[in-house]
Amino acid sequence: MGIRRLLDNIEPHFHEGGKYQRFYALYEAVDTIFYAPGHVTGSTSHVRDGIDLKRIMITVWMCTFPAMFFGMYNVGLQANVAIADNYGALAGWREAVVMALAGGHDPGSIWGNFVLGATWFIPIYAVTFIVGGFWEVLFAIRRGHEVNEGFFVTSVLFALILPATVPLWQVALGITFGVVIGKEVFGGTGKNFLNPALTGRAFLYFAYPAQLSGDSVWVPADGYTGATALSTVAQGGIDQLMAQTPWFNAFLGFIQGSIGETSTLMILLGGLIMIWTRVASWRIILGVFLGMVATATLFNLIGSDTNPMFALPWYWHLVIGGFAFGMIFMATDPVSASMTNTGKLIFGALIGFMTVLIRVANPAFPEGIMLAILFANLFAPLIDHFIVQANIKRRQKRLMPSRDKEVA
Amino acid sequence: MAKTDTARGLLITPIFQNNPIALQILGICSALAVTNSMSTSLVMGLAVIAVTAFSNMFVSLIRNHMPSSIRIIIQMTIIASLVIVVDQLLRAFAYDLSKQLSVFVGLIITNCIVMGRAEAYAMQNGPVLSFLDGVGNGLGYTFILLAVGFFRELLGSGSVFGMTIMPTINNGGWYVPNGLMLLPPSAFFVIGLLIWAIRSLSPQQVETSEFRITTNTKPHTAQGSV
Repeated sequence: MGIRRLLDNIEPHFHEGGKYQRFYALYEAVDTIFYAPGHVTGSTSHVRDGIDLKRIMITVWMCTFPAMFFGMYNVGLQANVAIADNYGALAGWREAVVMALAGGHDPGSIWGNFVLGATWFIPIYAVTFIVGGFWEVLFAIRRGHEVNEGFFVTSVLFALILPATVPLWQVALGITFGVVIGKEVFGGTGKNFLNPALTGRAFLYFAYPAQLSGDSVWVPADGYTGATALSTVAQGGIDQLMAQTPWFNAFLGFIQGSIGETSTLMILLGGLIMIWTRVASWRIILGVFLGMVATATLFNLIGSDTNPMFALPWYWHLVIGGFAFGMIFMATDPVSASMTNTGKLIFGALIGFMTVLIRVANPAFPEGIMLAILFANLFAPLIDHFIVQANIKRRQKRLMPSRDKEVA
Repeated sequence: MAKTDTARGLLITPIFQNNPIALQILGICSALAVTNSMSTSLVMGLAVIAVTAFSNMFVSLIRNHMPSSIRIIIQMTIIASLVIVVDQLLRAFAYDLSKQLSVFVGLIITNCIVMGRAEAYAMQNGPVLSFLDGVGNGLGYTFILLAVGFFRELLGSGSVFGMTIMPTINNGGWYVPNGLMLLPPSAFFVIGLLIWAIRSLSPQQVETSEFRITTNTKPHTAQGSV
């Protein structure tokens, strides 16, 4: 109980009138990481469940672990395969770490692949965490609110949707934009109408397209270029993609892409836990899925001679690009999604529809899920508004049946 | 508010204290479109200064002879004529810049600042004061345009007024230009951050909240509690 005693000893300094009063938010954050908060609800409360924000956020954070660990392995695997194919390894401290810990570039070695991937992912995650955490704490101190576990989720999601070779200063800029413009200017966690991680990603995507998209950013091997599954389809059609990668490989995640988005299996694994613990809304996920299947099937039926994306069936849409990751982790962000049950289905369906629409019909953007979710985020309050109004109308009718008859 | 009826006050107040873009949130559309470089911002600002100043003056000159019911049409006619003059002048003397500005010079007609000053100030005041008011508001507009243009050109192309400050990667330098800054939506962010900065410096510009979050009910005051 040494930590408790230490925290109790220094606590008075952080209270009003104390030496470090300004840094109370920081003290509070450290205290509640180690111990459950001592506050009890002082007002009338509606307790329905023992779950709180902290537990929700930590659950989401841990549910990204399968995708995260597989992502590191896959980055290493892709790079080692390329290096075995006579592309050079990228020199630098990463190479030294890989040599020291794994002793070479063998694509067959799980440990070797994992270490190589980790040398790319861990710096990205660390920069995200330090820079984003800095802004989070700065705003918490200035505004007098608490540092919130929501940032755990934002940071890991942001790090997982970047390509492995993204420069670290761009990571810092992106998370700064996501946290400050996407969240804090609107008042912090709970008041942001956009998903902060996606806001940061969108900023980077439009600001530095050369480092965030294209063929050469996914695999950290010298001079290696290779199209992602989505651009392969856009250029050569579904047959070319199937010749390169069987569906099951794409489902397992042995393809190129942003670090955490490739393995649909691992993402669904985390998703199942989130649905089971009711942290993520199954309605949103179902909505996204059905919206995607319906729109993809519609495009299949329409068909096109010039655009091969029209022919891509829904089960391919599911496994390539960031669709699964967006559906499970991004669309289900409880703050920026719709709140009503029917609204969640509509919100999800809008995302599914827009994703496929952008992927298929817009040649400028090979991937659509990021923009689709941000777009639907903007519509979430409007969807809720109509659902609530419809509900009120229906109940009023029930309340006054006699008046309806008179009108009729 | 500082004294607004002195010449100095008329010229200075709209720049910081009562800025048409930052406080009144008018004329945003052209501020988004033309601010990707300093030179277009400056020319656009000068054009708006000229149009606002002269339209204010002419409206003020004939304000006592205008039937109130058709005053908007008369104001629009004056503004539209001035815009055409400015547009022709730009084409004659700065053809390249006028091509970059394209339709946005013509769209000064719809700039709310011009119309707003004619209606709000020139209709009640003499021609000299109205002229100064027009110049002042044009300056306020130009100030924001130049500030936005400065950040967008510096971060988007690494230069200011076309002169290289930070050599870009493509030209053998070290700066990786921020492509978002060349797209019009970035002006939203820059203007928003500018407004944030201005209102932090002078908090009296902050609007009062439209609603307040009520404090939680305490158990003993809650309805139906025993």
